[in-house]
Amino acid sequence: MEASFGVSSAAAANAVNSPALSPPSLPFIRSEARPISWRVDKSRKAGKITTKAVAAQAENPASAASKPGHEVLLFEALREGLEEEMERDPRVCIFGEDVGHYGGSYKVSKGLADKYGDLRVLDTPIAENSFTGMAVGAAMTGLRPVVEGMNMGFLLLAFNQISDNCGMLHYTSGGQFTIPTVIRGPGGVGRQLGAEHSQRLESYFQSIPGIQMVACSTPYNAKGLMKAAIRSENPVVLFEHVLLYNLKERIPDEEYVVSLEEAEMVRPGEHVTILTYSRMRYHVMQAAKTLVNKGYDPEVIDIRSLKPFDLYTIGNSIKKTHKVLIVEECMRTGGIGASLTAAINENFNDYLDAPIVCLSSQDVPTPYAGTLEEWTVVQPGQIVTAVEQLCR
Amino acid sequence: MACSATAKIIHNPLVLSSSRSAEKYESCCKISGPSSLLGSKFLGKKLLSAKSAISLASRRSGAVVAVSSDVVKEKKVKSGSSAASNLLITKEEGLVLYEDMYLGRAFEDMCAQMYYRGKMFGFVHLYNGQEAVSTGFIKLLKQEDCVVSTYRDHVHSLSKGVPARQVMSELFGKTTGCCRGQGGSMHMFSKEHNVLGGFAFIGEGIPVATGAAFTSKYKREVLKEDCDEVTLAFFGDGTCNNGQFFECLNMAALWKLPIVFVVENNLWAIGMSHLRSTSDPQIWKKGPAFGMPGVHVDGMDVLKVREVAQEAIGRARRGEGPTLVECETYRFRGHSLADPDELRDPAEKARYATRDPITALKKYLFENNLANEAELKAVDKKIDEIIEDSVEFADASPVPARNQLLENVFADPRGFGIGPDGKYRCEDPKFTEGTAQV
Repeated sequence: MEASFGVSSAAAANAVNSPALSPPSLPFIRSEARPISWRVDKSRKAGKITTKAVAAQAENPASAASKPGHEVLLFEALREGLEEEMERDPRVCIFGEDVGHYGGSYKVSKGLADKYGDLRVLDTPIAENSFTGMAVGAAMTGLRPVVEGMNMGFLLLAFNQISDNCGMLHYTSGGQFTIPTVIRGPGGVGRQLGAEHSQRLESYFQSIPGIQMVACSTPYNAKGLMKAAIRSENPVVLFEHVLLYNLKERIPDEEYVVSLEEAEMVRPGEHVTILTYSRMRYHVMQAAKTLVNKGYDPEVIDIRSLKPFDLYTIGNSIKKTHKVLIVEECMRTGGIGASLTAAINENFNDYLDAPIVCLSSQDVPTPYAGTLEEWTVVQPGQIVTAVEQLCR
Repeated sequence: MACSATAKIIHNPLVLSSSRSAEKYESCCKISGPSSLLGSKFLGKKLLSAKSAISLASRRSGAVVAVSSDVVKEKKVKSGSSAASNLLITKEEGLVLYEDMYLGRAFEDMCAQMYYRGKMFGFVHLYNGQEAVSTGFIKLLKQEDCVVSTYRDHVHSLSKGVPARQVMSELFGKTTGCCRGQGGSMHMFSKEHNVLGGFAFIGEGIPVATGAAFTSKYKREVLKEDCDEVTLAFFGDGTCNNGQFFECLNMAALWKLPIVFVVENNLWAIGMSHLRSTSDPQIWKKGPAFGMPGVHVDGMDVLKVREVAQEAIGRARRGEGPTLVECETYRFRGHSLADPDELRDPAEKARYATRDPITALKKYLFENNLANEAELKAVDKKIDEIIEDSVEFADASPVPARNQLLENVFADPRGFGIGPDGKYRCEDPKFTEGTAQV
């Protein structure tokens, strides 16, 4: 396996069957590992707070020769990532319902079946457990499948295969077989999609040993995470959000991957650390606007890696601000926030001036009615109030 | 019952000959599939009227049909072999089959001993009585072909070529086991011999097998490699009521995957009789419902199994798609070593004991002068020594050390994440000691 961790080199592990596929050198973004002092950039603090995803890019210390790049929507960024990986490695294939001829329910795989054929972009029958198991079997025998759950909620039907086979087989086989699958799909609370289409599975999957979980939130990190997940030898669950697919951002023309294990600094600050992921990032940034106007200076971190947590980035922030607010869309009970709270308390208890505040969704099945749905998830107003209370 | 030249097989709905109006089959004659399903006409022409060769009235609704021995002879003659080969196997093949079945039996018997002596723990499921299925199928495979099994997987692994030492070590939980002691009885894996497990939940392995077959097709059609690898999925009667079974039958037939679904119908799922849990107990019928041939074979007769296996595996290799083979077999011991096995009728057990596959093969070898007592005794001795050696090896092997705890959780251990100090957790020296906090 990889001998050098944390070194600025391409993340791709060696191909199992095709030694000819050596990874080209890419700008490997390992921004958050740098010391804090780097981030304090006075020109940015007072003000360029924006809820648009562009903020993420502004922080990005990408290549020195930064080209203008091109604008994409998030689902297009995902598709670019998929396509580039499929082009690069002929063993990458996609399994899922309506991924082929239909182009994916959110158009993430649009056009790929035309380009790569019906076997590489496989339209499966409606049998989540079985086609996820198929992906495991294919991965064990040398392919690199990307499994799409048409909605993340459907993957509950595949829980058996995800937990027992994706997660465990590498271990129970004594390391003989690797399962380099990516399991992805749209999840989260949408616009009145009803309870079953509005599930947040990150809390259900997080305890499974042997899998990694990441959540994308901007076109930039969506493409980077997709590529990194495909290249990873571990099974990775990539959480996308139904409401974020049409976000627009300018992303680099040149190839890049982002780290699966690192968090993303969205907005540096001094007063409070706000940890969030996926759609709630935007609620947080909206609240941040209000907070800045009120004189607060929140530091916003998109944790991106839901399992494992990037305790370095998070820890450095806590050491600076001493106050933590977690904002998530997960349910309160046993959610990502709950785990994060525990991890922070264990590791950084000494640095905390106040108990950690965790804002999660209500523990209710997402109601259909718009008003009720709104009250189920965390809204910017609540975030502002929480910060005000924390920073009192 | 016989391993005789009058091969009394098989309900074989693959046969399309119009002379086959033996009504005992009712709907089984309606095959939905291409006409040359077998690719060859060998199983085919003459059928005698059905005889209830085995009194299955209480258990199986169809009767076993006697197929004329002419058919079998015909095939052999066609292949232009010498006069002595109106037999189904050569001497060499016979000895290989015998050795493999005896290995399976002796190994499982030794497992029972070791379990009761406290050398292995947990759930151990033994294969005694079913050896004909494993040997009949797996001895036809190449190393690159894949086998997927269930928790009753010791013998499948042995037949596929995993050394007895490695299997025994794994059962003892030692680090020299095929899975470094991390899998155990129900999770036998071998990358070298392409044994893809070993699954504790029934039905769980069938999609994995389907995926392995998919890879084979993908290699051929997308990667343009010369690949005719076949996958065998073994599972039991209880699994045939599970959703994953049906979902995979559908997908395998849909995409013509090179897979053979082998049902080891031993009539019992722990204490649940197949007849009490299944609306239509004839599992082979479920094949044609999905567009693949369904075959029923006497799973206590290794030669019959082998014949059917040859055809099914041949189909898969030629790209003609999957086959569902139902092997009527029986386990002589309980479901697992913890099962008191009180529900099964002793008369039923006695009846199947007379059909012991190893005894039957022995008889066939003797009757057809393929081997003599001394040769078989020599094989027995060789195997007994191998088993003894495997136990000694397992006993002498070390238990896994603490540092093995965190290895193999992730293929890429960066998956454990970044610690508070900025380094990856796996770079922590405690990680290799197995004491790191992850």
